[in-house]
Amino acid sequence: MAYEFEFAPVLEYTDLLLKGAFFTIALTAVGAVFGIGLGIIGAVCRAWRLQPFAALFAVYVELIRNTPFLVQLFFIFFGLPSLGIHIGEWEAAVLAMVINLGAYSTEIIRAGIASVPKGQLEAAASLAMNRYESFRYVVLRPALQTVWPALTSQVIIVMLGSAVCSQIATEELTFAANFIQSRNFRAFETYFITTAIYFAIAIMIRQLMLAIGKRYISGRLS
Amino acid sequence: MSLVSIHQLHKHFGDNHVLKGIDLNVDEGQVIALIGRSGSGKSTLLRTINGLECIDAGEITVDGAKIQAGAKDMRPLRLKVGMVFQQFNLFPHLSVGENVMLAPKIVKKTDPAQAQELAEQMLAKVGLSEKFDAFPGELSGGQQQRVAIARALAMQPKVMLCDEITSALDPELVSEVLSVVKQLANEGMTLVMVTHEMRFAREVGDKLVFMHQGRVHEEGPPEALFNAPSTPELAAFIGAIDQA
Ligand SMILES: Nc1ncnc2c1ncn2[C@@H]1O[C@H](COP(=O)(O)OP(=O)(O)O)[C@@H](O)[C@H]1O
Ligand SMILES: [Mg+2]
Repeated sequence: MAYEFEFAPVLEYTDLLLKGAFFTIALTAVGAVFGIGLGIIGAVCRAWRLQPFAALFAVYVELIRNTPFLVQLFFIFFGLPSLGIHIGEWEAAVLAMVINLGAYSTEIIRAGIASVPKGQLEAAASLAMNRYESFRYVVLRPALQTVWPALTSQVIIVMLGSAVCSQIATEELTFAANFIQSRNFRAFETYFITTAIYFAIAIMIRQLMLAIGKRYISGRLS
Repeated sequence: MSLVSIHQLHKHFGDNHVLKGIDLNVDEGQVIALIGRSGSGKSTLLRTINGLECIDAGEITVDGAKIQAGAKDMRPLRLKVGMVFQQFNLFPHLSVGENVMLAPKIVKKTDPAQAQELAEQMLAKVGLSEKFDAFPGELSGGQQQRVAIARALAMQPKVMLCDEITSALDPELVSEVLSVVKQLANEGMTLVMVTHEMRFAREVGDKLVFMHQGRVHEEGPPEALFNAPSTPELAAFIGAIDQA
């Protein structure tokens, strides 16, 4: 007997799927803003060798890059409470994403900073700008511009990785999908549609990052 | 009292003793042409005058701002000294106007309207008023270098340092940059320029400084030095240039 595809039992749960998608996007948005922010701070600390922060960021980056995201998430959600720090599933999910993206963007942005020619810094210095001013006005935008495609990919990787947050009952898209297929037993259809939604979100993020990059980073100011 | 006075300046890069006790005075309005073989320390000397290189001994005074060995804060010096580089070093993400306005705005806290007016004036001076909204990548090398000059001038420096500012240019673009420099000299700007343009050095320079192996080997009026170099090293250098 051939399998009969039926999408109606999935579409009954459209509102749940949309809610899940919304939370996945929200999680990613917050993760991206604070993760990239953390990455900028980490990259500056490492590029300027501001001790002890540079050393701390180096350890942090290695720790995050060499361990699974799921374990990082469990560590935050299950591990921290044993130290007396209580944390909800949303806070844990956001924190895990910020920490994860922060580590990768530290390395990515550091490469961007390193790619700015020395002559740019000398020109800024010769105009009597201090280190902070030359970073803020001369280095930051070209650095981000250089690594923007890499950052975009990393944000998408983290968005896709957020699926594992369902493991701590964060009600994002994969959590919604798991819930739906446990009710309608339509695993193929449910995950087919879920896959399509992830794909659409990824494309959307890429376009959005492209637009942000054009408007605020490589674009004209005036 | 000279505008720039350099006294017993020493500079090492590791074991390489690059500047070996430089003494040099520059009066207000004077144009100094710094010449010498590659590696003789011309760039390093220029870069110490605005604190891009720290010094190991001696002192540099520019209009009262003094730098000695171990000095950390170079800002007082840099506020008095402008610099133009061989490679232009314009900020590629900023328009021409923004390149010129940036430092006055953030370093000197000039208000935006005033900074705009200043930038327009400086760009007019280098003949690039119509490029205010263009981006560096859209300009020729000669135009970029003129913007770099305008950018340095907008900080209203007491002295301008130019390090081989036409060396990266196609030959046909050299004269537009040199004529801007000449005009600055005529307006009384104090200039210290490293140059390989000997005709220009002769024509515009008030004093020729020949560097050799980290020392000021010979200095004096350009005409006299070219016609009758008193050291064999300068004679050899002029000879080599003439053949090129
Ligand atoms: N940043 C640096 N690090 C190490 N050595 C340097 C550096 N800059 C210049 N030097 C050395 O200093 C000497 C003088 O160089 P420079 O001032 O650039 O000479 P010039 O401009 O007359 O060609 C050269 O031997 C050069 O190799
Ligand atoms: Mg040089």
